This record gives sequence, structure tokens and C-alpha cells, in this order.
Amino acid sequence: MSSARMPAAAGAAINTAASFGQATPAAPALSAARLALARDLTLAFRKRGQLIQPLAFFALVTMLFPLAVSPELARLRAMAPGVLWVAALLASLLALEFLFRDDAYDGTLEQYALSGQSLTWLLFAKTVAHWLLTGLPLALMAPLAALSLGVAAAAVPGIVLVMLVGTVALSLIGAIGAALTLGMKRSGALLALLTLPLSLPVLIYGARATELAIAGNSYLAPLELLAALAVLAVTLAPLAAAAAVRISLE
Amino acid sequence: MNLRDSGAVPVNHLEAEDLQLWRGDRHVLKGVAFVLGRGECLQVTGTNGAGKTTLLRTLCGLMVPEAGRVLCEGRDVRKDLPAFHSSLMYLGHEAPLKADLTARENLHYWIGVRRSVPGSILDAALARVGASAWCERLVRTLSAGQKRRVALAGLALMFAPLWLLDEPTTNLDTEGQQVVGALMAEQLARGGAIVIATHQQLPAPVRAARILELAA
Repeated sequence: MSSARMPAAAGAAINTAASFGQATPAAPALSAARLALARDLTLAFRKRGQLIQPLAFFALVTMLFPLAVSPELARLRAMAPGVLWVAALLASLLALEFLFRDDAYDGTLEQYALSGQSLTWLLFAKTVAHWLLTGLPLALMAPLAALSLGVAAAAVPGIVLVMLVGTVALSLIGAIGAALTLGMKRSGALLALLTLPLSLPVLIYGARATELAIAGNSYLAPLELLAALAVLAVTLAPLAAAAAVRISLE
Repeated sequence: MNLRDSGAVPVNHLEAEDLQLWRGDRHVLKGVAFVLGRGECLQVTGTNGAGKTTLLRTLCGLMVPEAGRVLCEGRDVRKDLPAFHSSLMYLGHEAPLKADLTARENLHYWIGVRRSVPGSILDAALARVGASAWCERLVRTLSAGQKRRVALAGLALMFAPLWLLDEPTTNLDTEGQQVVGALMAEQLARGGAIVIATHQQLPAPVRAARILELAA
């Protein structure tokens, strides 16, 4: 492997100006963001333990409920929306602590802030990675949890759709909290305190839409409100997170 | 090898004007001022805690001074930070590397966010700092000096007119220090500027055009 690289190495030693000195174009913002996303995904798959933790939490909570409450399907079904959404909210909160923390410690955020690229875009990419690694799997696990709570299979597509939209908003709102608590040690409790109130509308509309989906009614109205929240979060949260990260770097 | 081709703002004239900065109730930067021209190297010295790192972080805009300005080409850098950032490279005393990525992956993601660099040039830079043999190893298995070398490869690739270096020779062996010296000499030869914070002697053959001593 190293012998294959020797010619390039020798060339570089003789004529560094041609290799390093040559100006390569600045990376466009979108490709920089894509690279930041790819990096976070690669890292997450190297540290699978951290990845699985919130998902295992979600699975445990939703599976233990039927055992603890009652095996009566009608009662379980009535509780299902609340259980699903509270478990999803807490699971996504569990994963938030790691969103920016490691990057703040090792100086990656500093390099992002000094890259000349838009920090907003880079943090948005990180948040997208966070959603792909927690929100998306949570939504995909929701059918299993719903079925164990006695929900009819016909309601499953609705539950997944609502969960997909809701977790987008949760990840982005969480990103603000994670960025704001960067400078602090043991920031977990404060992070929850900051993020939970902002996440309540998502919880309320998400649970309501899920309830309607389970009952077989149209859940369009709460879903649209949820989507509006998600769009609002997509537009505003990365800006707020970038501002918070800049402050934490001072 | 013209720095202007990179699209980055050239740094022909960097000036710090009476920088004042407090950290809590501690007056860290007490009216720091200097001028740095093209192809010049400024060495910042001072005892531990004298504010060398603070000065570098203030210069690159991470910290906001209470008074004073940093001027590049006569313009306040805070007016257009992204443009200024795209023409500078800040290397802190901790290399921004991920323990769970290999040395090469780290470099790929770190540099790639700023500029598109083909893999062959990446390999050439790794060879330059003597990292070819172990660049596919996870960074968590590397020694402190090896991590430093990966950071140096990043420095070689970043192609920024202004380098801000914080103790770049820490943990490096003699050969590694020679690499730092050679890289810095090249940067100066092509018209780049360097601000280096170190209390050690500058690695040969670099000589500081100016020395700025910070009082504790």
C-alpha cells in the first residue's frame, strides 16, 4: 500500500509548489455540508453503542407498558399515542447530548466556524445526520411498538408518517438546546429543561395525530400543524444553533 | 503557486490595533498592536497564561476584543468574517481529529469542508509529514506526535494566505520539527504570512520578522 504511494510522495518532496501550492477551488457550501453529514454518519457507525442507546430506550419503554398496565387491548390502544410520543421525545432527548459535544471538545466546531463556510449549513448537516440516526429509526420502530400496544395494522402508515414529520421538528429544536448548553459540564438536565418546553407543541400535535390515525379518522389537520412546526424549525433552528455555537467558542 | 488563484482574500497587510480583552476580571490583552506584511512571520512569546492562545483566537475572530480592531488590507475583519476565515488557517494546540476515524479520513473530512482536494494530493501531504505508513490507522491508536503530524498535513493542504499556529512543534521529534520548519518556510516564500505562538525557538530555517512579547 505504501509502496504504491511512493511516487506521489517523491514528487511532492521535489515539487511541493505544484502539489500543495496549487490553488484548489473552495468547496461549495452544499458539498461541504454533504461532507459534514457523511463524516457524522461514518462516525456514528463506528460508535454503535451510542447509536443504539436511544433506540433501545424507545423499544424498552413501549414494550414494558403493556406488561405493567394491563393486557387489555382497548386500554392499551387508548394509551398508545401518549406512550409512543413520550417515549420518542425522551429517546430523542437522550441522543441530543452527543449532537455537538464531541465536536466541541476536539475542536471540530472551531474549525467549522473558521472554515469560511456557512456554519448554519454545517450545523444543519449535523442535525440532519442526527435525525437520520435517531428520528428515522424511531419512526421505523414505531409500527412494532404500536402493534405491541394493540394498535390495528391499518393505522401503522399514519403513525409512521406522523412520527417522521414530528421527529424532524424534535431534532432541530433539540439542536438549539444542544448548542446553547455546549459550554457547560453535565449539561444533560439543563438541556432537557431548555428543550422540553419548546418540544411540547410537537408532542401535543404528534400524539393527537397518532390518536386520530389509530381511531381510523382523518389526521390531516394535526399533521399539517406538525409539518408547519417542522418547516419553521428547519428554517430557524440552524441559524439559532449557529449563533449559540459561536458564543460557546468565545 | 500564486496565492491569489485560490480565490481567498490575500493577506498582504495584517494589522492589530490596540487590542484589549478581558476574561472575567482578568485583563488578558493589554493593548496588543502589530503589523504583519506579506511573507513575514510574527512570533508571539510570553509565559504560560500570558494570553498567546487568546491573542490567536482574537485575531481569527473567535473572540471579540473589548476594544481595538484587527485589520486585513486596511479593512476591519469583523465586517466580513467568512471571507477573512477562508483566507486563514488556525491550528490550535489540540489537533481537531476524531479518535474513531483513520488519519486519512480525518484529513479528508477536515480539509474537504474547506476545499475540494483530490485523493492523490491528500496522500502526497500525508507522505510529506511521514504518515504514509500509518495513515489508515484509527487516530485513537496514534501517539500525540503522530496526531500532530496529521494536523501538519492539514496545514500543508489548507492553502491559506495566513497561518495562525499555536505551539505547532509540541510533541514532535526532530524530524517532525524540521517538517514544520520546511512548511513554514514554503508558506513565507510564496508570500503567505504566519503568526506563531511559541516560547521555543522557531524551527529552522524560519526566522521571525518580529517578536511580540506578551506580559503576564
